[in-house]
Amino acid sequence: MKDKPDVLQGTLALMVLKTLDVLGPQHGYGIARRIEQISGDILVLNQGTLYPLLLKLEHEGSIASQWGASDNNRRARFYRITARGRKQLQTETSDWERTAQIIERFFNVKAEELP
Amino acid sequence: MKLLRRFFIRLSNFAAGRRADQRLREELAEHLAFQTEENLRAGMSPAEARRQAVLKLGGAEAIREDHHAEQSLPFIENLLFDLKYAARMLRRSPGFAFVAIATMALGVGATTAIYSVIDATLLHPLPYPNPNELVRIEDDLPGVGAQDVSVSIPEWKDLENSGIFQYVAIDFFGSSNLTGSAQPTRIAAKVVTPNYFAMLGVGAQLGRTFDPGDNTPGFNLEAVISDGLWKRAFGADPRILGKTVRMDNDVYQVVGVMPPGFRDQGKTSEERNTEAWSAAGFAAVPFPPALRNSRFGTAFARLKPGLPVASAQAHIDALVASLTKQYPADYPAQAAWNIRLIPLAESLVGDDRQSLILLFGAVGLVLLISCVNVANLLLARASARGREMAVRQALGAARTRLIRQLFTESLLLFVLGGITGFAVLFFARKFLLQFVPESLPRLNEISISWGVLAFAIVVSIAAGTIFGLAPAWLMSRLDLNTTLRQEGRGSNGSRQRSRLRHALVIGELALSLVLMIAAGLLLRSFWDLFKVQPGFNPSRVTAIETWLPVPNDPKTDIYSTATQEAVMLREVLRRNRTLPGVEETAVGDRAALPLGHGKNDLNMSPLIREGQDVQTSQPPLIDTSFVSPEYFRLLGMALLRGRLFVDQDLEDTPSIAVINQAAARTYWPNQDPVGKRVRLRAEKPDWTTIVGVIADARTESLADAAIPQVYLDIYQRWAKDLAFFVRGQVDPATIAAQVRTQIQAVDPNLPVFHAETLNDILSSSLSVRRFSMEMVALFAGTALLLAGLGIYGTISYVVNEQRREIAIRLALGAQRGTILKMVLRQGLTLAAAGAGVGLVGALIVSHLMAGLLFGASSIDLPTFAGVTVVLTAVALAASCIPALTAMRLDPITTLHSE
Repeated sequence: MKDKPDVLQGTLALMVLKTLDVLGPQHGYGIARRIEQISGDILVLNQGTLYPLLLKLEHEGSIASQWGASDNNRRARFYRITARGRKQLQTETSDWERTAQIIERFFNVKAEELP
Repeated sequence: MKLLRRFFIRLSNFAAGRRADQRLREELAEHLAFQTEENLRAGMSPAEARRQAVLKLGGAEAIREDHHAEQSLPFIENLLFDLKYAARMLRRSPGFAFVAIATMALGVGATTAIYSVIDATLLHPLPYPNPNELVRIEDDLPGVGAQDVSVSIPEWKDLENSGIFQYVAIDFFGSSNLTGSAQPTRIAAKVVTPNYFAMLGVGAQLGRTFDPGDNTPGFNLEAVISDGLWKRAFGADPRILGKTVRMDNDVYQVVGVMPPGFRDQGKTSEERNTEAWSAAGFAAVPFPPALRNSRFGTAFARLKPGLPVASAQAHIDALVASLTKQYPADYPAQAAWNIRLIPLAESLVGDDRQSLILLFGAVGLVLLISCVNVANLLLARASARGREMAVRQALGAARTRLIRQLFTESLLLFVLGGITGFAVLFFARKFLLQFVPESLPRLNEISISWGVLAFAIVVSIAAGTIFGLAPAWLMSRLDLNTTLRQEGRGSNGSRQRSRLRHALVIGELALSLVLMIAAGLLLRSFWDLFKVQPGFNPSRVTAIETWLPVPNDPKTDIYSTATQEAVMLREVLRRNRTLPGVEETAVGDRAALPLGHGKNDLNMSPLIREGQDVQTSQPPLIDTSFVSPEYFRLLGMALLRGRLFVDQDLEDTPSIAVINQAAARTYWPNQDPVGKRVRLRAEKPDWTTIVGVIADARTESLADAAIPQVYLDIYQRWAKDLAFFVRGQVDPATIAAQVRTQIQAVDPNLPVFHAETLNDILSSSLSVRRFSMEMVALFAGTALLLAGLGIYGTISYVVNEQRREIAIRLALGAQRGTILKMVLRQGLTLAAAGAGVGLVGALIVSHLMAGLLFGASSIDLPTFAGVTVVLTAVALAASCIPALTAMRLDPITTLHSE
């Protein structure tokens, strides 16, 4: 039934952090849009779930926020990544890469290669 | 760790909760605005743009709820919400809140007050390290009807070597005559074995206590003094160590001062306030030879760590069995000698235990009645709030949620009541403590401590849980349809609820009947005891005590023979007789002081009757007093046969004795005891002839009618602890000083103390009884009041519920008298059921407390009948008010308003 994949649990935080790391301060709507864009519109967010996540990340100190004006002069809350967030991003990235490597090996495994 | 961190995050979120929620809402709104704007730019119509934006965002409310549930503590939040709501509900019905809180305050306050007494007397550990290891060693000879007959020195050695004790110590409590300062004073002093303080585990604040390894057979002439004596008699001299004190004319060297908080152990407050201790091995002069059957002093021991009393007792039983076999002459089989180990804490409270437990039981009933009353009030409110509950349930409130909220409400009531009760108790504690009799052990340690506060809170929460849950459960159990359809007039409650209410009132009435009967029985026995013919006449008699020093070397004792002592006694008596107002004087030893002595002063002698085979039967022990000839006349004790002592009976004339009727009955049944000969000291061969029999007098205890007693002539045998009696029209305030002057005119070294009228002694011997009687009566009164309120509340409620029915009946022509009777009948039915259940309970309780009763039997018909009548009358009176209201109901207004 589903033609577009849901966001895997726990990966949304990683996406948010990466987005903020690469693109600098963004407001909530911007983050949501960017994540969809980066995924090539394959990924569709239940956008509402983004905000509780932002609150949680801010609470944990990975991101910080302040009021600012958006491009079209709307008042909006801008989020930026903190040093702590960068560190978290690093560890989570390497965790992901390792997981992905392992999974890839399983995909490529052939019977004759195993002793 | 992680869980804990999450909890703290949640807790801080909980505090910041509103802010986060606010922000989430703003952000979601902002997001919608962005999306709508973008959709508009993409060419949608404004309405469509908004719709698509909302769709894309997802359910905003759900998101907020989810976030909230995850980030906060819903339980606490609900609790706070419920509490807020409950507080608001209570404020809305202040009358109900006041009555419920006051009722609970009464119940919890009274229970806590009694608990604080019990906490200090029964539960509080002794002020010594590891108090559980301390035991009192009691030797009994049940075969000859003798209890707690002290320990002999060889037995002490056996106990020490038994291997189950760390220390076994002996103490011998008595008086000492402290001389050297302006006025000779008598102090409470103890002779102890040198390991006594090591056994208690307490050290000195200055200097040292006795060396537990000291093997001196007699006195080692070292003294340890109390902090009080050190400050009072020696001005807290820091160089007291090594100085000497003169006690009973012997010179002791002070080796230590006990810390200020140290209290000695003992059954009487006098003993607990011991001020000087001397150490002795009890095995050489001045002590009698260490024979197995020469018993004196009380033994205490500290068990080896971790050894339970029960297994120590098993060891001791085996030891007793083997000793009995080894020394058959000393432990004849018919005496059935045995040793009991009693935990020290338990042995100290002793006789008052039963009274205290009775009080606690009584106050527990009061608490129960208060709880029932409040539960009843809660149920009554349930009907008024039935509609509210039904509406809330119809709107989708879960039943558990409703129960929780109602439960919070009742719990709040109970806890507020408990706190109020505790607060009242705390501020009134000084006032209340006046009513506690002084003879209660460890009275000074009664305090309103944290433990007591914790008790009050636990009791109120427990009560709230038990008595709040049922009404909450019943209240939430509604039939929505019926409740909501009964428009405007609230619910008339389920049958179940009214049945529960009736059961509660019946229970309440039954409980108060039990309490009232208990109080009635106590009151009756107290009254009987008060009215009892003591067999002696205490009026206008004052007793003044003195103490003749017992120097350790008998050669230096100027009162070593009865003849020497008689000179002094006769002179003091002659002088006392000349005092203004004095009609009669006499002297006796302390054991002759009616009702005024503790167990310490009992003087028990073996009674060996002539012709009785000493080898095969252990002689019984008999209560012995030494008195001067005038004693019987002064106290009005009637001579039944033979003669009393006369002035011609002297130390060198044949030894004579007077016994009471109980002794005659017990030891010479169907014989004339006059002229019979007895020996009262096993080791001495001299015979004493019984010359007279006097009527029984309750000189030992008002409650015990007949204790065998033997009186010896004080001019024939010396005694050291003396009481001078004067009868006459004297001023009790000045007589003590006058007698002191006379005694000290004869011997300036004699201390004079404890002047008290016999009536005071008599009344204070009843103080614990009076206290428990007054308390139980007070509780019973409270219970009656509460039960009255309960039945009033229930009947009022019933009347209110039947308003419509009554109005219709009246409209159809019913007589007002019939309505009155109908309501009263309901009250009476409840009262009858309550009284029935209560009588059964009272029968059980009165049997349990039979030991506390005197005279009145535990099935005292007048008490049972009287109390039942009173309860019924109160129940009727309480139903009268609602019955009158029902009777005066105006059918027109009532039916219109419905």
